[in-house]
Amino acid sequence: MVEDTVSRGQGLDAHLLLSRGEGFTLDVPISIAPGYTVALLGPNGAGKSTVVAALAGLLPLDDGHITLDGRTLDDPERDVLVPPEDRRVGVVFQEYVLFPHLTAAQNIEFGLRSSKVSRAAIHEQSVQWLDRFGLDGLADRKPRALSGGESQRVALARALITEPDLLLLDEPLAALDATTRVHLRRTLADHLDRFPGARLLITHDPTEALLLADEIHVIEDGTITQVGKPDDIRLRPRTSYIADLAGSNLIRGTADKGIVTAGSHRLHIADTHIAGSVLAAIHPRAIVIDRHRSDGSPRNTWETTVIRIEHYGDRVRLQTGDPILLTAEITPDALHALEIDEGSVVWISIKATEINVETD
Amino acid sequence: MTEALAPTRRRSRRPPLVLVVLAILGLAVFVIPLLGLLARTPWRDLPTLLAGDVVIDALRLSVITSLGATAISAVLGVPLAWMLARVEFPGRSIVRGLVLLPLVIPPVVGGAALLFALGRRGLIGEPLNRATGLVLPFSTWGAVIAVTFVAMPFLVITVEGALRNLDPRFEGAAATLGAGRWTVLRRVTFPMVGPSLVAGLVLTWARAFGEFGATITFAGNLEGRTQTLPLAVFIALESDRDTAVALSLIMVAISLTVLVVLRERWWKTP
Repeated sequence: MVEDTVSRGQGLDAHLLLSRGEGFTLDVPISIAPGYTVALLGPNGAGKSTVVAALAGLLPLDDGHITLDGRTLDDPERDVLVPPEDRRVGVVFQEYVLFPHLTAAQNIEFGLRSSKVSRAAIHEQSVQWLDRFGLDGLADRKPRALSGGESQRVALARALITEPDLLLLDEPLAALDATTRVHLRRTLADHLDRFPGARLLITHDPTEALLLADEIHVIEDGTITQVGKPDDIRLRPRTSYIADLAGSNLIRGTADKGIVTAGSHRLHIADTHIAGSVLAAIHPRAIVIDRHRSDGSPRNTWETTVIRIEHYGDRVRLQTGDPILLTAEITPDALHALEIDEGSVVWISIKATEINVETD
Repeated sequence: MTEALAPTRRRSRRPPLVLVVLAILGLAVFVIPLLGLLARTPWRDLPTLLAGDVVIDALRLSVITSLGATAISAVLGVPLAWMLARVEFPGRSIVRGLVLLPLVIPPVVGGAALLFALGRRGLIGEPLNRATGLVLPFSTWGAVIAVTFVAMPFLVITVEGALRNLDPRFEGAAATLGAGRWTVLRRVTFPMVGPSLVAGLVLTWARAFGEFGATITFAGNLEGRTQTLPLAVFIALESDRDTAVALSLIMVAISLTVLVVLRERWWKTP
């Protein structure tokens, strides 16, 4: 589906090739159809910010190309380089980069002032956008008087008001504290849904990528190491790095009095106060695998079947079947000692304290 | 434990005595000469002295040359600062050294150099004179140039520093929002370095207002044409002490007012 649309010349089609001193080379092919969100997931220093700069036009490519909705934005071979102001690429920068000398409303209007829109029309539009982003009371505030969440919304409105063809979000949630982040991840998802263009989310946070993106590109040391749907990345990580980064078990459910109900299954959790719709994360190493029922303290224990076994150097990942599909990580020695094969029946146990629960 | 801690904490709120004493001595270095000036001021004759032709002419010339130098510095110094801060070109550190040179060489040397360059027989002065008939030395324009030579570095270093400290992402963000290079300069770069620009202009003006050495060397000491307040003070010291004091007093008053009112107001907000 993604490729179909891109081949018709819609959305983003790019191959970014860049070398930046000290032997660092960026080699990132990326295609995004309009209406789709791709997450670029990787650690700091992997080249994520270079991708943003190249797509926004702040850094020219050494080789490769950038095409957006059929327009070539950068192609060194054909000597084409469109400056940032003519690209129609909106950016929500890391830490937002709101203009400190302008008010929230003036920040949002900035892009329209650069175009040939009349003052009255600009005002009308900015009132609409302030309202849409729940910022109507904050129009005259300077950025330093805005909270992290408010700044994020101003940055998003500022980027979207020019109706770009591609929206780049560079770590849009990183500047926020943990509680705000969970809440804003959801409002961000709503706003993204309403934006018709292609979206690229840059993040180092696997949860963010898994929840907000239609497709994830994992970037390590300047190159893409895996591309896939969030579930592919999570359940079938291709490198041990991705396994560590994104290979967590995420379970959606409803919490009440220390119990999360997911489908027909019930998980005991340590937090007895959390209630309502939640997201439970269990690290693969927190899952204990045994051939027999353990007589220890874990509250969560059940019998299941090993569906798949994958080796990553000094680690082994097991995927287990019903009632809850989980990925567990053990050592090759343990696999050998327990004599586990695909199809083996095993007992799983998870301590309630090993399940991280946050409001969904 | 608490008893032992309490007195220490209370005492540490007061600044250390040694620092206070030294700071007061430091301040005295600036204040005592001013007190000397005030003590010597002929308050009763002051209005008559200040209304004298020499004083009025000198004040007028000082205002013209200092504001002229500030205007030229703004027009030429800001682009120079921008180049130094934003464009990588070969020999940039040498250029920066050249810009700062007037801050450290004696103004007399600067004035002499200007004379060799722009004088009637100077490197540029001679062809300029032949082509246009313009004679810069010993003219008001010459005084403006001499003052600019000495004062402009203040503007360049202040604005360059501000431009370097400005996160380039702001300009990048403006560009992604459709702003061309001029729009970015007008709507983001200059407003954001505005406070430093004003501070730099005030410093430049203050330095220009007090300039002596380069002016007297290059432009001479012609009453009504190149004799600015500092030059008038220097001459008056030899002949008419009371006028010298009166001239000094208005210089101090004007400079201090401008520095306190303008500079303080803009210096704090980056």
